[in-house]
Amino acid sequence: MCEMSEEYRESAPKGSPPPRLGTRDQKCVKCKEGLPVVVIRAGDAFCRDCFKALYVHKFRAMLGKNRLIFPGEKVLLAWSGGPSSSSMVWQVLEGLSRDSAKRLRFVPGVIYVDEGATCGQSPEDRAKTLAEVKLVLQTTGFPWHIVALEEVFSLPPSVLRCFAQEPVGTESAYKAAVDSFLQQQHALGADGVERQSQHCAQDPHSPAGPPTTAQTQVLSRLFDSVKTLTAKEELLQTLRTHLILHVARNHGYSKVMTGDSCTRLAIKLMTSLALGRGAFLAWDTVRLQAAQGPPRRRGELGTPQRAVTAEYSEEHYPPHRPQGFSDERHGDVVVVRPMREHTLKEVAFYNRLFAVPSVCTPALDTKAPEKASIHRLMEAFILRLQAQFPSTVSTVYRTSEKLVKAPRDGCVAGPRCLLCMCTLDVDTADSATAFGAQTSHLPQMQPPVTQAGVAAGPCCCAGMGGGPSCYRGEDPRAQVMEQLCYGCRVNMKDLPSLELLPPYILSEAQIRSQRATAEQEVQEYLLGDSEDEARTGES
Amino acid sequence: MPAPQCASCHTARAALRRPRSGQALCGTCFCAAFEAEVLHTVVAGRLLPPGAVVAVGASGGKDSTVLAHVLRELAPRLGISLHLVAVDEGIGGYRDAALAAVRRQAVRWDLPLTVVAYADLFGGWTMDAVARSTAGSGRSRACCTFCGVLRRRALEEGARLVGATHVVTGHNADDMAETVLMNFLRGDAGRLARGGGLGSPGEGGALPRCRPLQLASQKEVVLYAHFRRLDYFSEECVYAPEAFRGHARDLLKMLEAARPSAVLDLVHSAERLALAPAARPPPPGACSRCGALASRALCQACALLDGLNRGRPRLAIGKGRRGLDEEGPPREPQPSRPPTSEPVPDF
Repeated sequence: MCEMSEEYRESAPKGSPPPRLGTRDQKCVKCKEGLPVVVIRAGDAFCRDCFKALYVHKFRAMLGKNRLIFPGEKVLLAWSGGPSSSSMVWQVLEGLSRDSAKRLRFVPGVIYVDEGATCGQSPEDRAKTLAEVKLVLQTTGFPWHIVALEEVFSLPPSVLRCFAQEPVGTESAYKAAVDSFLQQQHALGADGVERQSQHCAQDPHSPAGPPTTAQTQVLSRLFDSVKTLTAKEELLQTLRTHLILHVARNHGYSKVMTGDSCTRLAIKLMTSLALGRGAFLAWDTVRLQAAQGPPRRRGELGTPQRAVTAEYSEEHYPPHRPQGFSDERHGDVVVVRPMREHTLKEVAFYNRLFAVPSVCTPALDTKAPEKASIHRLMEAFILRLQAQFPSTVSTVYRTSEKLVKAPRDGCVAGPRCLLCMCTLDVDTADSATAFGAQTSHLPQMQPPVTQAGVAAGPCCCAGMGGGPSCYRGEDPRAQVMEQLCYGCRVNMKDLPSLELLPPYILSEAQIRSQRATAEQEVQEYLLGDSEDEARTGES
Repeated sequence: MPAPQCASCHTARAALRRPRSGQALCGTCFCAAFEAEVLHTVVAGRLLPPGAVVAVGASGGKDSTVLAHVLRELAPRLGISLHLVAVDEGIGGYRDAALAAVRRQAVRWDLPLTVVAYADLFGGWTMDAVARSTAGSGRSRACCTFCGVLRRRALEEGARLVGATHVVTGHNADDMAETVLMNFLRGDAGRLARGGGLGSPGEGGALPRCRPLQLASQKEVVLYAHFRRLDYFSEECVYAPEAFRGHARDLLKMLEAARPSAVLDLVHSAERLALAPAARPPPPGACSRCGALASRALCQACALLDGLNRGRPRLAIGKGRRGLDEEGPPREPQPSRPPTSEPVPDF
């Protein structure tokens, strides 16, 4: 009789019933003393200090748990001017200025990409935005880089190549690095470190000058030729990523931090799903691989060794479960997402309460109707569903954590997509969608052979002296398309003429197909796997 | 502007444009192309070997009608024999009308028909009774959860009754796309890991199941039914508005409007999802009560029925599934407790 059934036990209140919202004497749920100013999730009211502590703690815990960022490392912060990335930059700024031993220990730089040309902004508006941006960047005191998207047209094809990853090392290597850094710091004395950071701030890496009208026109023409907003947004993201990558490589940054929040990541996940990128969800939303696949550096992170030094309070977070937040597909530059546990609501509240500066700029999809692009649709849908089922965003986010980076059949060393640099997921075998794609590609028009195609013909011939390579060179569109993954292919379908793409993409496509043809010809004479040799041969 | 020529036979006037490719075709060529594609799916995936006795899950709706018709056309070529199996869930005002349509089809196509009813198989529980039982707690009735699981079981039973070797259902590409969206939104990693293929090969004594229409979009299925003048039942289930799938369906419709290939892209994504091994469901064993395929001690159907019989219908729904291992007849509900959010019967 006294045995209460399970179902009723869980609904029985534990202790006093929770206070109803809106009562005057409600206190902060954490410290039980302060007056609450903000409500996160249903029923959790926090006072100002506790909220700040929670927010900062989440950020530092995210960095600390993963131990990817070694002390003294150069990290590039990708700042778009929006609330999430502004919050991230602010957190880094505050983290670096702490006097305690728990200071963040990497060397940051900030990059801002000026995308005004894609939205059709006038040069005056762009200049005004840039002035605001510069003001904010100067207050941070970090070395900053302002690059216009037009610089994409002067990128080298090496941007699209995946370089060999530097072996970052194991737990013990991380601990050793931290120890040596601390020793170095003691030797230099506190002033030495300050002087170092001061010196960096005085070297702002100003851009080469505003982009010329001709460059802007070329960029506008590219974006105007794209038929759908979805493809435009995807193209913009791709180009932006390449540009940031290039800047990072040029200036010696080994990590890039982006400010994607939990909400934004959940939306991105669903959008990628709808765009056909199911194979790469883990890379897009970033998930660490737990000791699987080929023995790469990540496999060692599962060891239970604890670091003894007081670094980001990591002794509180034993690495039993690798919480991933890094994207390593570019090889030497790793993209990390430290804001991935913060919801957009928390970010907004924090920015308001603590006056974080941000710059509001119009984007590609500003004022676009809801049904204009898949990104907008998904965003509206998820936010609407979140209102009805409050756990939607966190559920989708948790599901993304269960994803793994290895492709399903386990083959890792395949050719990579030209644009997104993920292993190609299109197999011509009897896959369901390969068949479906066949039936839908029938009426696709091939653009007429252009000057570029004709010019490529003799070039191929001169190099190879073979028949097949000529035919391949005559169809640059097919050449590019077959080097793309499924998702990128569907996007490129909305781009009627590929010649408007920046030259680095087209030349890299050509190089790759030439290499493939050459390999095919000498296939019978090659011993073993020539992929690794070829890759190390690249400079 | 007169309709263009059919792109396939070049003789007849085109009567439609295929939704996916925009190709203009006449009615006969379209139907031929549709049937050819289904044949290709079956043959390439080796879904129905020659000599198979195939139980077709017939609900009277457009998908199963088209499926039955196409398979009947292809049966001589594939060397299979067909049986129609219809499931009567006991939804008043909906299922009886649908069953009438199935009976007409069986007569017209001269295919043997077996009807299995929930009331017979599951101890008197019809869907209406389930709905009444789960109603009134302020939460959703979760009728579709019960119906889906029990229908699978019923279909399996019906297939065994007719001695079938394979079970086919009429799920189309839109269904698959909705399923993957829905599973993501609900965080159902187990189902995400299991889905995405062309059906299940039939582990542990369960019959192999497949979905030959999996690559056909819903619009094409409707077009096919239109051109072949098929008679089907087209009303929505009474409980459909409550289903979570409705959200996924709305989203899919909007996605398709923004990008016509969205359905195919989603199916492609679903095929290639890579889930961590920890998130994948354990290899299936057998249910301790009925012996059917189960990933836990009790199969879902037995678990759900258990909950219904005990007066605690939500027992097997959601996480935890506590109290499932308790044996014995239904216990009396507790007399008194502090006020909680759930209304409880008063004795």
